[in-house]
This record gives sequence, C-alpha cells and structure tokens, in this order.
Amino acid sequence: MEQVAIHADHLVKWFGEGNARTQAVKDVSFDAYFGELLYIVGPSGSGKTTLLSMISGILKPNGGVVQVEGTDIWGLSKDAVAEFRLKRIGFVFQDFHLFPRLTTLENVAIPLFLKKRPWDEALIAAAKYLDIVGLKNRANLPPVKLSGGEQQRVAIARAIVGEPDLLIFDEPTASLDGETGRLILKFIKDNILNEKRCIVVVTHDSRIFEFAHRILNMEDGRLAGVEEGRDHEK
Amino acid sequence: MWGILKLAYKLLVNDRSKFAALLVGITFAVFLMIQMTSLFAGVLDRSASTVTNIGAKIWVMDPAVNTVANTIGMPDFVLDAVRSIKGVKFAVPLYSGGALVKLRSGTFQSVTVIGLDDTSLFGRPQLLRGKIDDIYAENAFIGVLDADFNKLEKPDIGTEFELNDHKGVIVGVAEVASSGLFGVPTLYTTYNRAIQYIPSPRFTISYVLVEPKSIADVASIEREVKALGYLALTKEEFIDRISNFYKYQTGLGTNILLMTLISFIVGLSISGQTFYTFILENIEKFGALKAIGAKGSELVYMILFQASFTALTGYGLGVGLCVLLITLAKIRVPDYAAKITYFNLSAAFGMVVIIAVVSSYVGIRRVLRIEPFDIFRG
Repeated sequence: MEQVAIHADHLVKWFGEGNARTQAVKDVSFDAYFGELLYIVGPSGSGKTTLLSMISGILKPNGGVVQVEGTDIWGLSKDAVAEFRLKRIGFVFQDFHLFPRLTTLENVAIPLFLKKRPWDEALIAAAKYLDIVGLKNRANLPPVKLSGGEQQRVAIARAIVGEPDLLIFDEPTASLDGETGRLILKFIKDNILNEKRCIVVVTHDSRIFEFAHRILNMEDGRLAGVEEGRDHEK
Repeated sequence: MWGILKLAYKLLVNDRSKFAALLVGITFAVFLMIQMTSLFAGVLDRSASTVTNIGAKIWVMDPAVNTVANTIGMPDFVLDAVRSIKGVKFAVPLYSGGALVKLRSGTFQSVTVIGLDDTSLFGRPQLLRGKIDDIYAENAFIGVLDADFNKLEKPDIGTEFELNDHKGVIVGVAEVASSGLFGVPTLYTTYNRAIQYIPSPRFTISYVLVEPKSIADVASIEREVKALGYLALTKEEFIDRISNFYKYQTGLGTNILLMTLISFIVGLSISGQTFYTFILENIEKFGALKAIGAKGSELVYMILFQASFTALTGYGLGVGLCVLLITLAKIRVPDYAAKITYFNLSAAFGMVVIIAVVSSYVGIRRVLRIEPFDIFRG
C-alpha cells in the first residue's frame, strides 16, 4: 500500500478584503504519495501556486487541514512550521533564487547553515549533492556564471541537500528552453525521486507532462480533475 | 548560529560596492565626529594648561575670572587673609599675564609670563636645562620648551631679550605637561620680577595658590574665601569653569556640537539609506531563506550582524583615519590642538551604535514583512 506523504483536506484560501475579497482555492482535497511525482497544473490564476504554498507550509489556509507525513503542519507555531520546512521540505523556486554573492557550493549548503551545521562540514556535505547534479567542477563559481539549466540543477542540489521527504518545484521549466526543461525533469525523476520522497511540481508546461505519475488539474480555484500521467506505473 | 552569521558576512562583504559605500559613509561620519570633538577637547585642554602645569590644589581668584588668561588682580590682603584661614597649609601668590618681548632680531613677540612665589617657587616647571636656583639671578627667566618655544628665535641658556625696556636672560629651559592655547611662548620668573617688569594695575596678585592641610578642609576654605568676596576653586573645578566658559559662552561649544550632529546625521543618512538599499536588493533572497526554513529571529540576527559589522569596521577605520590625520597635522603644525579622549571615542561609538540600530531597524522591519509566499508569487 502506498504511503501518504501529503494529505490535503478541504483547503480554502481567500485573499483581499471587502469587495476585493476573492477565493483563490475552493475546497480542494487530495493525497500525494511517497515515490510519486505529482503535478499541479492549470491556467494562470487557477490557484495552483496558492495550493502549493499551503501544502508546503508557506501560506496558511483559511480552512481545511494539511498533513505532511501525519503532522498537521498548520497546527504548529510559526517557528515550528519554519523548522518543519527546513527539515522535511525542499524548495526549488521558479527564479531559482540563488545568492549571486555566494559560490555555487555555498548556495547548495544554505539549508545546512540554517540547520546550524559547522561551515566547513556543511560545504563538504554540499559538495556531494553538487556532484549528484553533475556540477562538482562548478563549485567555486558564482551562480551568475552558470547557464539556466545549471542554475536549476544548483537549486535542486540546494533543495535536496537536507535530505527532505517532500520536494516542491514551482514552475521548474519556466526559465529554461524546452529541451533543457525535459532534461531537468528526466534528471529529477531518475536521480532525485525515490520511494521515500514525494515531489510536487507546479507547472503549466505541457512539454514535461510525460514525466508525471499523476496530474491535478486546477481551474478557478477548484480541483477540476485528476489524471494519471503517462508514467503512472512508475 | 556561526554558520548563519558567516552567511550574513559573506552576503555583505561580497557585495563590494555596497559594502564600500557603507564603510565610506560610516568612516567619514566617525572621522568627522571624532575630529570635531577632539579639536574641541584639545582646545579645552590647552585653555586650562596653566592650571594643569602649576598644579595647585586650590586656586583663589576674583569671582569674575572665567579663564586662566583673563586675570583680575587682587589686593595683597587677600593673600594674608587666605593664609589665616583654618585648614590652609600654605598659600602663595601667582602672577599670570601677557607681555611683549623684543627679540635679538628686533622683532616683538607676545609671551605669557608666569611669576612664581619668590620664596617657594611653588608651581615651578620641570627643568630640562639649567638650574632652578638661577631663577633668582638678575633678569632671569625660564623658557618653556613647547611648540611655541622657537618663536623666541630658538633661545638657549644665556639668550637675552628685552621686556618693557628691562633686560631678560634665559637661565633655564623647562618642560610642562600641557602647551598653551593661544600660540605664544611661556616664560617663568619670580613673582616680584614679574610685577616689576610688566606694567601692572594697582592690584598685582593674579591668583593665590593654596595647599590645604587635608582634603576635608577644601569645603571650609572655599566658604571662607567666598566670605572674603573672592572665589576659591579646586584645580578640577577651575578647569571645569574654564571649559564651561569656552563651551557655553564663546559659541565654540555650540558650533562644535552642531558640526558633530551634522556629521552624525550625514553618517546616519548615508549608511541608513545604503543599508536599506542593500536590504531591498536582497529582499527576495531573505524571502527565499524564510521559505527554506529560516526563522524570523535568525534573519534579525543576520541583519544585526551585518549592521554591527559594518558599523564597527567603519568605526575602526574612522578612528584610524582621525589618528593618522591628527598625527600628521601635529607633525606639520606643532601647535595643532586636538586630543582624542576616551569620551570622544565613546561618544562617537555611541553615535555609531545608533546608526547601526537605526539602519538595521528599517532593514529588519522590511525583512520581517516579506512573506515566503511572495517568493512563489514572484
């Protein structure tokens, strides 16, 4: 039996006040499983990023429950949620958000610094993950010297360096050309995904749909449907 | 924690242009603040140089005297009256006044003449050359080897000059703790020769110098002198009185204070604005750190560290620059009156701390308001 990584139950999110108040997410429920590459897709403004933020401990919902590995994350204090994110969730942002003033290796080690690992020890550990994404020889370069695809891989290395159970990708191919995007997703699926990890990807790039196990379709804040991906057999 | 602070350090110093701008702002502000206050401290220190050099514990003077140079002569009975006060171990007269001396070249030079009590020579300077007893020789004067000494045309023992048509001879060269403020050489002689050589008003005693039997007697001596219609001040009180005169009655203090405040405001503006720009440029990165799992308190520590590090580095550079320039100025201009005191350093440090706190406060407010969700929304 597949083990549930994320249990989202009747999630609701409102933004704004008074007449400007709008409902971004309307009663969305779903489960995500370990070993699964789950896509959340939909047009712009459909609520997919809001949903992603709520299930990853970034944005508190107005209603509903999010359980990550059985922990009701929104029942935790603000600092405890931050601690939970640091230890259990890895993020790859749309614009990567790498630190241009740090080396590639130091960028990868950031979650370890936040975990209060000694500086040198963190760098040694980070080097291993930079090797996994094939950029060991770029360790001492600043991120701006890397190509878009390489920066994406640095961001992936940073996301996995803390060995999180849950990986969140926000529009991972938005800044990449089609071929590089496909290569990145193939790399994620082949090298990053495993039976103890769940990866959730928000995207509207249909060129990478082929890598998904399941695809949640969002429309106007609602979950319009769930599709089995082409690779649902894993 | 160390890793986070090192991360903050790298984010700060690796942004070289911003870091340099921050340092320049704070260094310049610290330099100006210390330079201004040091100049003032130097002026104040020198303004009381005679009091420091003579070293008497209690000074009796006319109540209208505000500075050591502007003396008002007291009648001789004051000396006798003070000597009769209970608790006075001894009391001696002191003459302090200005005069013009005619040098060998024929030029005139203003000097300060200090006339020491003939009997005790109380308050005499430390002699570098010559013997103190020679002060009793005919026309004898002792020159003070300070920054103004060479204005007497590099005199040595035996050098002659004229003072009000009286012949004067240098019989000794001495050193004192503090140089005078007004850039004129100082000559020591006996009290009686001073009032004989220099045109004097009816009353000739500038100050009565008092040695109390004990510290406990000081208050009663001050009371008794007040009853005589004169003013008795301890050495420290007299120095304070002179300082207060320059601070509050000459405009000098107000101007220095204004310049120091302007330096502070300039430093605060440059550093605050630059640091805020630095935070704004990195705001998304701080948001990303928050999303990854950094707590608000950790981001606060990072910003406080960045602000403190910049402020302390700028403070060190500012102090160093000030020391360097004052040293160079003193080499070029021996009379240059500037003195870096612990108070000056503390005051500048306090202002730098305020700059750091204000700069980090605006940055912290901005960083704490950024939500990780903003990073997802772009």
